[in-house]
Amino acid sequence: METLERIIAEHPFFAGLESHFPNLLTGCASNARFDENTYIFKEGEEANEFYLIRAGRVAVEIFAPQRKPIIVSTLGEGEILGWSWLLPPYQRKFHARAIEPVRAIALDGKCLRMKCEQNHDLGYEMLKRFAQILEERLEATRFQLLDVYAVR
Amino acid sequence: MATQALAVLTLQQLERLIPALHDRGYQVVGPAVRDGAIVYDILERLSDLPVGWTDEQEPGRYRLRRRNDDALFGYVVGPQSWKKYLQPPEVRLFAAERSGQAFRILNNESAPPRRAFLGVRACEIAAIAIQDRVLQGDQYRDPIYAARRERIFIVAVNCTQAASTCFCTSMSTGPRVRQGYDLALTELVAPGRHEFAIEVGSEAGAQVLAELSSFGAGTGESPVSTQEAIFQEAEAAVDRAASQIQRRMDTTGIQELLYANFDHPRWDNVAQRCLTCANCTMVCPTCFCTTVEDVSDVTGMHAERWRKWDSCFTQNFSYIHGGSVRSSAKSRYRQWMTHKLASWIDQFGSSGCVGCGRCITWCPVGIDITEEVRAIRQSPASSSTVSSKESSHGNS
Amino acid sequence: MAAVAKIDPMLPQPYSVREVVKETADTFTLTLEPSNGTGADRFQPGQFSMLWVFGVGELPISISGQPAQHDRLVYTVRSVGQATHGLVSREVGDGVGVRGPFGTGWPVDLAQGRDMLVIAGGIGLAPLRPVIYEVLHNREKYGRLVILYGARSPRDLLYRKELAAWARHRDTQVLVTVDYGGLSWRGHVGVVTTLFKYARLQPARSVAMACGPEIMMRFVARDLETQGVARENIYLSMERNMKCAVGFCGHCQYGPHFICKDGPIFSYDRMRPLLEKYEL
Repeated sequence: METLERIIAEHPFFAGLESHFPNLLTGCASNARFDENTYIFKEGEEANEFYLIRAGRVAVEIFAPQRKPIIVSTLGEGEILGWSWLLPPYQRKFHARAIEPVRAIALDGKCLRMKCEQNHDLGYEMLKRFAQILEERLEATRFQLLDVYAVR
Repeated sequence: MATQALAVLTLQQLERLIPALHDRGYQVVGPAVRDGAIVYDILERLSDLPVGWTDEQEPGRYRLRRRNDDALFGYVVGPQSWKKYLQPPEVRLFAAERSGQAFRILNNESAPPRRAFLGVRACEIAAIAIQDRVLQGDQYRDPIYAARRERIFIVAVNCTQAASTCFCTSMSTGPRVRQGYDLALTELVAPGRHEFAIEVGSEAGAQVLAELSSFGAGTGESPVSTQEAIFQEAEAAVDRAASQIQRRMDTTGIQELLYANFDHPRWDNVAQRCLTCANCTMVCPTCFCTTVEDVSDVTGMHAERWRKWDSCFTQNFSYIHGGSVRSSAKSRYRQWMTHKLASWIDQFGSSGCVGCGRCITWCPVGIDITEEVRAIRQSPASSSTVSSKESSHGNS
Repeated sequence: MAAVAKIDPMLPQPYSVREVVKETADTFTLTLEPSNGTGADRFQPGQFSMLWVFGVGELPISISGQPAQHDRLVYTVRSVGQATHGLVSREVGDGVGVRGPFGTGWPVDLAQGRDMLVIAGGIGLAPLRPVIYEVLHNREKYGRLVILYGARSPRDLLYRKELAAWARHRDTQVLVTVDYGGLSWRGHVGVVTTLFKYARLQPARSVAMACGPEIMMRFVARDLETQGVARENIYLSMERNMKCAVGFCGHCQYGPHFICKDGPIFSYDRMRPLLEKYEL
């Protein structure tokens, strides 16, 4: 059976981390499972975790009055869900719903923040990686905004 | 191709030229005065030419002025070029008729007339050769152009004067005619004397010359020494035309120059002046862009597809779903000039410009293509150069 | 190209509509066959025809059918204006003029013995479908086949049954995403570049062929290069205004290239310096 430590160490998101860091992170990690069509988190909730998705698909949603929620993107195996744990006000900005059964590693945000404050090297490594994700998501979102397939 | 046959003809002898061409089934077209400009039209006799006229050309200015002699060819080029005959402004591609759900193409194009071009300048011969390459010499052959081109008889004229907008010497296209003609003549006119030094460029030309030479008041051929002197005089006259040329365009490395300066501020500068009126493309002897138009009659049973001259300066020239790629005047001027001077070389192995100067004369605001090249060359901006104002944008 | 009688490239050949299939609300697939009973024009995947609607106009449309079917030509057309509307409103038996095929094709041979990545955006899947047919009909010649397809919304997806069928071939992966998911879509939502991370192939030994709106191809090509696909192995299908398709009308010029005869398929290493030029 794979230990959490090994899963974290081998996850692409944490590639290149010095070998003692995964151990630090393991202390904040736990397994998580979500049934199909359940909410992993909702907008406005306190952002306490982020997730390394191991299987299944998650929809990132925004809801608006008089409409059903709009899925703005989906995330799947190998991707990271949630970054609001990283920056104040530590609040969820979107809904996240499992649209297939999802298995993930949950990393406790408060626990991680504390460790990052104590160990700035760890903090820097985490921020570098999240910056990369944010940049990719921002680029993809801007591309999505262009609505390139629409007829003008 | 050019045989070394030379001859000197008097004006009287040359009068036989048009009838001789008519006899051979040619419709003769050449310069004629119409509405204050020298354009190309059907000629019935030599006196239909702009006898005793000359032109004054400046950027954005064209005037005719009377000469103090009766020269037949005492001017340079006007707003039209021979492409009006070879690549017509409007031509029907095909007609079709509907029967039931199907249609059939009607192949009833009549053969175009055989034409003789009288008065073709060196720059124009170069332009015809360039259009030959574009419309016949690449992957496909335009049958409309080919049908008209193969029937042409060319009487070329060596220029003995230059307009201020000419720059054929920079483009190595003139003023001397070197090939691509059936007959070439240099006019020598002075009080009491009107002669033409003739060079033969083809068998067909030789036959016509033989007919003209044999006509005369029985004076016989002039002695060889006189002929030599006359030809030297003709050479000198053409050299004088070359020395009158004022404009220059330095074409050294022009491809790299224009490709590397895509964002040069000069394009903004010219865009403020350019009206995108498309005059330059209409008068340019090598511009070949066309569009197509479908028409049908009211019953919907008969349809035709027509091809018409178009210009890259029009707003819709580059239209694709929802917008034009080249929306700004700046981008359209840049496209025209870059294509003409640079991309053309990549596409067809030579410059697209023959230095005739028409675009300079006929631009209503007097944009001078030689000046634009000079301006970019004098201050090339590399694409990575940004002004200090722009660099503050940073990453966003 | 098979030897055929010299045909004037400016005259449409009469074809008849054999079938019209509605793919989405505004997109239709037309199957045409020669009206005079001869074989249809042979084509390379990626080439296009000029389709003429009697008295209305002519359009460049990529050929979207099977190269091996010699009795017909298939086109998927999106109705966006007068001419395309005229085309998609054809009924079975109506005549349509066909000129072509024109242009360069996808370099499918380049992918022999390598992995092939086909990336389509919107109607861009139509010009790529002949490539997919070619690979699947000659499966052993090629390595893995990965098809990534992005559309605006689930209702805009083309060839849904075929996509499912393609996914069942060995060593073939089909991933579909949409920009806007709607209510009942349980697949990927996001731009097509977000699918790259799921593609199971080796970038270093892959050939990529992308077709879609120009912005999409720019993003895709850039990402592919970041992933390790060599620029010379990335191919795009470019598009510009076209009137003649034979290099005479001048409209389709893109830098020094005539899209109609030097393209429409170009390698990314040729296109990259041009793609970044605004209003080229």
